[in-house]
Amino acid sequence: MSVFEGFKFRKVSSAVHRLDPRIKFFYVIILFVMAILFTKLLALIVLFFIPLPFVFIARVNRQWLRSLRGAVFFAIIIFATNFIFGYFYPSSYTEITGAVDSLGEYLVLLERASAMTLRFVVLIASFSVFFLTTSPDHLGLALQQSHIPYEFCFAFTTAVRFVPVLADEAQTIMDAQKARGLELERGNFLKRVRNYIPILIPLIISAIRRSLELAEAMESRAWGASEKRTNLYVLKLKRTDYLLVLVSVLMLIIAVYVWLYVSIPSLTTLLSL
Amino acid sequence: MIEVKDLYFTYPTGVEALRGINLTIDDGEFLAVMGQNGAGKTTLVKHFNGLLKPTKGEILVDGVSTQDVSVAQLARNVGFVFQNPDHQLFSETVEEEIAFALRNFGFEETVIKKQVEWALNLLDITQYRKTSPFMLSGGERKRVALASILAWDPQVIIMDEPTIGQDYQQKEKLMQFILQLNAQKKTVVVVTHDVEFVAECNPRVILMSQGKIVAGGIAEEILTDPKVVAQASIVPPQITQIFLELADLGLPTDIIDVHEASKILLGRMREKS
Ligand SMILES: Nc1ncnc2c1ncn2[C@@H]1O[C@H](COP(=O)(O)OP(=O)(O)OP(=O)(O)O)[C@@H](O)[C@H]1O
Ligand SMILES: [Mg+2]
Repeated sequence: MSVFEGFKFRKVSSAVHRLDPRIKFFYVIILFVMAILFTKLLALIVLFFIPLPFVFIARVNRQWLRSLRGAVFFAIIIFATNFIFGYFYPSSYTEITGAVDSLGEYLVLLERASAMTLRFVVLIASFSVFFLTTSPDHLGLALQQSHIPYEFCFAFTTAVRFVPVLADEAQTIMDAQKARGLELERGNFLKRVRNYIPILIPLIISAIRRSLELAEAMESRAWGASEKRTNLYVLKLKRTDYLLVLVSVLMLIIAVYVWLYVSIPSLTTLLSL
Repeated sequence: MIEVKDLYFTYPTGVEALRGINLTIDDGEFLAVMGQNGAGKTTLVKHFNGLLKPTKGEILVDGVSTQDVSVAQLARNVGFVFQNPDHQLFSETVEEEIAFALRNFGFEETVIKKQVEWALNLLDITQYRKTSPFMLSGGERKRVALASILAWDPQVIIMDEPTIGQDYQQKEKLMQFILQLNAQKKTVVVVTHDVEFVAECNPRVILMSQGKIVAGGIAEEILTDPKVVAQASIVPPQITQIFLELADLGLPTDIIDVHEASKILLGRMREKS
């Protein structure tokens, strides 16, 4: 659940919170592209530091760290799979030819697996900043004013809004079943998966029931009655927004240039020099 | 016996829900926990079967600290009926639903059969044994949930707001049922806002406000004390209100029972004529 915590919006006012959500999203997408572009550890370390100023300006360091901590589990899996597959099929992952047998080759493998893990962390880190500093309302507004049909925008914001509600409900259901003697951590792997059935079924049913109720409540409040919706708040780009666009585009240009013309040294060779 | 010693509880969000609770519930006692929304009633009773563990202080259930035991172990003696039956129902048939906890506790199949039969009978739902719990009405679902707890015959039964959403007749039945359980020397703890219900059952009452117990005693004392009642923002039963308003006529002010009230009024009328 702690991964979700890292994506939960809290109302704070800061320069980052006030940025236009569309621009912030653009910035995150640029980061995303850059993270996909590079496979070298050195480049990804640099990328990791790019969202940091945002985290501090927005004063969301605590929540941001929590989302990273929540990602540790997946990070470990990614690291392990990369390392193991790299060990068995070194030539398809690295420049190593033949089997992995020298210390140097192990280090190369290690660097490669770390890079892949860091790529994941960079993605989580930048998306987390985005969601931590953008209110669901703002996000819906941004979608709407990007000319996406209102029905989709509404569905999207509602889904985002109900994540914490569902998390609370899941907790209550877990408590109710534990009170009937259910022990989630008992038995072998298959049994443990089955242990979750008494939790998932009530959760799904109540989510369906809730959505039907929501639909009825919305219709009785004349949802969709007027063809053309107007908004109380209209998003307008400010100077800082243009600045961020500029910075993002510049970053992308630099990144593509480096990707095309600069060969990034591997950390292992750099350190052994 | 449940002993609560200087209990403090703070939720991870930082809400101090309980602040220094001291309470002893003897075997066979019938206790009603009352108080305004957010007073900490649910938080308190969730400690009795170990769903929540004290931040400070301790809870002893039959002399054993809840800190050292799992919920499943405690649940064997302490049954907890959640407010919303939809948080626990998940089986295909009512019968299976009731057997769920018994299976968790590892009862023998023959015993399970017998206990299910007994619980179905007890709550008058035998005709629904093969029905899906989701097909039943709200009140019936609540009874299935109750049956699924009573089936393993726990010594202590905790109910969070059992009378909510029940029609008058069901409420009356439920009340008879709870009194009957208590007569069988079961310990019963009921969290409720329903003063009429409490007035009719006349249990021991504790009033909570802002994480503390502000008053305790038999229902007759608590519900007829205007100061105490105002403090916990509840309203005395209607019959008490009448007697309070007519106090000038020399009527007693500590009446909560309708039969007693009518006897007194009748006596007065006879005197007059
Ligand atoms: N899971 C939770 N996480 C954080 N805070 C909580 C949680 N559950 C309850 N609280 C807070 O703890 C306090 C006590 O809540 P509790 O549910 O015990 O009150 P209650 O007396 O049962 O109220 P009600 O009459 O509404 O059922 C409230 O301020 C509530 O907001
Ligand atoms: Mg409650």
